[in-house]
Amino acid sequence: MSPARKKAVRKRPAKKKPARKTVTDATDKHTIKCIDGTAQAVYGKAIRKNGKPELTSPVRSLGNVKYDPKKGYLEIGRQRKVRTLTVNTVKSFAQSLRMMGVSKEMIEQDTFATKREAYYVSKNWGEAKFNEQPESDAVMDDIEAMFAIQGVSREQLRFYPEDHGGAVAGNLVVIDRDPVSRAPLRIDCTKFGTGAYTIPHSVEHLEFETKAKFVLAIETGGMFQRLSAHGFWDTANCVIVSMSGVPTRATRRFIRRLSDSKKIPVYAFVDCDPYGFSNIYRTLKAGSGNTAHLNRFFCVPQARYLGVTPQDIVDYELPTHPLLDVDKKRARDALKNDPFFQQSKPWRKAIEDLVKMGVRAEQQALAKWGLNYVIEEYLPAKLKSVKSFLP
Amino acid sequence: MSPRKQTSLFASSGAAAEAAEEDTTPAKRKAAARRAPARKPAAKRPAAKAKAKPKGKAKTKVKGPRTKAHDLAEKQREISVSEFFAKNRHLLGFDSKRKALLTTVKEAVDNALDACEEADILPDLTVRVEAVKVEEDRYRVSVADNGPGIVDAQVNNVFAKLLYGSKFHRLRQSRGQQGIGISAAGMYGQMTTGAPTIIRTRISRRHDAAEIGLRIDTHKNIPVRTKHKVIDWDRAHGTEVVIELEARYHKGRGSVPEFLGQVAIANPHVNITYYGPDKKTPEVYERATKVMPEHAKEIKPHPHGVELGFLMKMMKSTRSTRLSAFLHADFSRVSTPVARDICKRAKVEPDSRVKSLEHKSAEAIYKAIQNTKLMNPPTDCVSPIGESLIQKGLSKEIGEAEFFVSRTRSPSVYRGNPFQVEVGVALGGDLPADDPARLMRFANRVPLQHQPGACAITKSVIDVDWKGYGLQQPRGSMPIGPVIIMVHVASAWVPFTSESKEAVASYPEILKELKLCLQECGRQMQKHLRRRARVADEMKKRAYIEKYIPHIGAALKEILELSDAQEKKVVVTLRDTLERSRKL
Repeated sequence: MSPARKKAVRKRPAKKKPARKTVTDATDKHTIKCIDGTAQAVYGKAIRKNGKPELTSPVRSLGNVKYDPKKGYLEIGRQRKVRTLTVNTVKSFAQSLRMMGVSKEMIEQDTFATKREAYYVSKNWGEAKFNEQPESDAVMDDIEAMFAIQGVSREQLRFYPEDHGGAVAGNLVVIDRDPVSRAPLRIDCTKFGTGAYTIPHSVEHLEFETKAKFVLAIETGGMFQRLSAHGFWDTANCVIVSMSGVPTRATRRFIRRLSDSKKIPVYAFVDCDPYGFSNIYRTLKAGSGNTAHLNRFFCVPQARYLGVTPQDIVDYELPTHPLLDVDKKRARDALKNDPFFQQSKPWRKAIEDLVKMGVRAEQQALAKWGLNYVIEEYLPAKLKSVKSFLP
Repeated sequence: MSPRKQTSLFASSGAAAEAAEEDTTPAKRKAAARRAPARKPAAKRPAAKAKAKPKGKAKTKVKGPRTKAHDLAEKQREISVSEFFAKNRHLLGFDSKRKALLTTVKEAVDNALDACEEADILPDLTVRVEAVKVEEDRYRVSVADNGPGIVDAQVNNVFAKLLYGSKFHRLRQSRGQQGIGISAAGMYGQMTTGAPTIIRTRISRRHDAAEIGLRIDTHKNIPVRTKHKVIDWDRAHGTEVVIELEARYHKGRGSVPEFLGQVAIANPHVNITYYGPDKKTPEVYERATKVMPEHAKEIKPHPHGVELGFLMKMMKSTRSTRLSAFLHADFSRVSTPVARDICKRAKVEPDSRVKSLEHKSAEAIYKAIQNTKLMNPPTDCVSPIGESLIQKGLSKEIGEAEFFVSRTRSPSVYRGNPFQVEVGVALGGDLPADDPARLMRFANRVPLQHQPGACAITKSVIDVDWKGYGLQQPRGSMPIGPVIIMVHVASAWVPFTSESKEAVASYPEILKELKLCLQECGRQMQKHLRRRARVADEMKKRAYIEKYIPHIGAALKEILELSDAQEKKVVVTLRDTLERSRKL
């Protein structure tokens, strides 16, 4: 590198915005229309004397969340929150608008930002910058909710989650495209050896080829490893997906699209405790209460609960741990406040049983009968009676 | 008795007290050695007496068999008041060299101010503390006033006789009470240095000024003059008292200048010029007002405040002959019908002769008094500083504070004695924010310097829940914050816990009044703090508008590709709209 070049690199000129590109994609056009529309409404009020600009977003509380079994996911209700520009809201108002500006720019540049990156982008805003990431996350959630009413997701606003999570193995070919050349790319999920295919943060463009009979969503990476290493997906002819705790939106969306496009069922295999029920399984199946405005996309209503069930603890004489206070509270909460569990009689009974037993059991508890018991006995036995799975 | 003999006499108890003080530095030991010869005979004398006694016993002729009681009888003899206090000087506030200096200044200043006020003269004091070079720890204290002066015949008793004074036998608010203070200070000086108390006084231009030297004969509690001469004096009238004493001078908390500062706060009508031992130029505490405090009226005792023994004493010494007349004339709030009512309750004839009544009837009368409902005593015997003068005094001495509040409660009564409570609070300014609040205690305008823990004032300050008023307060301690609290208890008879008048006794009535008064001030302070927080909040919010509105303009410009003029219009209009929505 010549000295002159070095100098040029060090002396970075003031940020120069690349020219706007014409947006051709229909979804992106819609997104931009939504952003412009919101901004225009604010502008219209702002230039009028005594005009009070407003931003409208849905109320994001469990009270404004509904569950329709026919639709199969948690849905945001009709309550709306109108934030009027006042002295108290001026900071977040300014930040929201700036964030929308960033979003529009990213669509025009066809790029994206993670939450963390968006936080750093704000450092350009002088006084309006975020001091900590939780501040920027909160504003982002607001914008996301605001546009969700208009059917625009966070991914469409080009804010991508940090982790994309889920690992996939099994009889599946994912058709992706090369990120640079955009040429189609066939990914055979049987060919990852001891590794696994990782779900990308955006899955909308993926297509699938599979002859698998079902998708098995697994709570822990350890169990996924075991099933993968012993070729369970081959013997049972399925696709296994590791959720690593509460499934991310990409994981949920991936399973949903795979299940929808190939018309194959989804079974969940998680720990038998209130967290496994109400956080992991409920989020997989019906979406999360926190992002109820997005659940339409990010849920798998067709998912069924394979195990571990409270009945399994009895049937398989599983070793248990006592329920902690937080577990009991979570169980009570699920029974009392969660619209999903409230409408499901079998689930209410299962949770009540578990609370009565006062214990919880993990997937790994099956290792009591031998490390491969789960592959050789438990799962095959369970899969024989799919009808008895919890909804 | 010659002066020399006297010196040695005092020195005996002085030596004992000195041993109690930690005198360990070589210099001091040397000084003690130098003084030793003068002391020796005195030190020996008690020992010699003790030895002599068994011999005396052998010589004494006894009628009948000799008993232990006879032995004891020889050791039993009268103790003079002066002797008692010479040995128990801690009771009067002379327990350490440090305290001795402050107590001496305090007693002299109290006397000076009382004298001036009684003569309706705006007090103008000059206080000097000089180091006497010859020996360390030896200081000369001089306090001069512009009061009425003292007639020659009284000088001796006022300055060198314990329990001699004008204030003990009447009920009226004044600084001094017992007539001990200044004489005790002189006695302490005499004991520790051998120097007599020097008095300079003049009663008017037409009279000569005199300089008088005084000692106390502690055996007999009588004053002895060492000198008397006519001098040239620049004061038209007034008194100066000079006492040389063993003392330690220090700065900061509990120092002489701090004490004088507090005197100036509680007595805003006083001018004090102070010459310290280390400074050439004087420190001047200027008066904040030229108005003299209201003259406190003298009152007769209230029946409810009188104990049986005192009642009997009054019955013996009264000028009235008949019982009902005595009750009416010698007490306050006893009208003739009330007097008759008391007699009826006590089942004693109203016309009976007071002096011939027996103990039994006196007791009946005492009980009857307790059961009779009486009007509270008149309260014009108490003269408070007043709310505005408290604030003036505080702001004069403390300087810039953000907020002052003061309250004077209406007079109240404990055990038949009227009293009145005042509180002043200064907040903010340069006061340290993380230290415990500073408490200044006053009783009858005199700053209380010692024993804060034993004092009803401290107790009630701790008792008040200051957290509710916006200060921090650890459990069972003073509040923390940039605050000075001054509390004044004024009464015809302030109940002190000891003769050194360092702490106010905790009568429930006094505690209650103190607490209510502190709470009143607390509420005012809280109001102020709330208002301050609100204004600060509003300012912050206004700053928000300036800060963030331009960003709304910038964001809209970016999204909608506005022109600069359009952006500016957004910013200007919005700022205008928002600012109009706020009011301060």
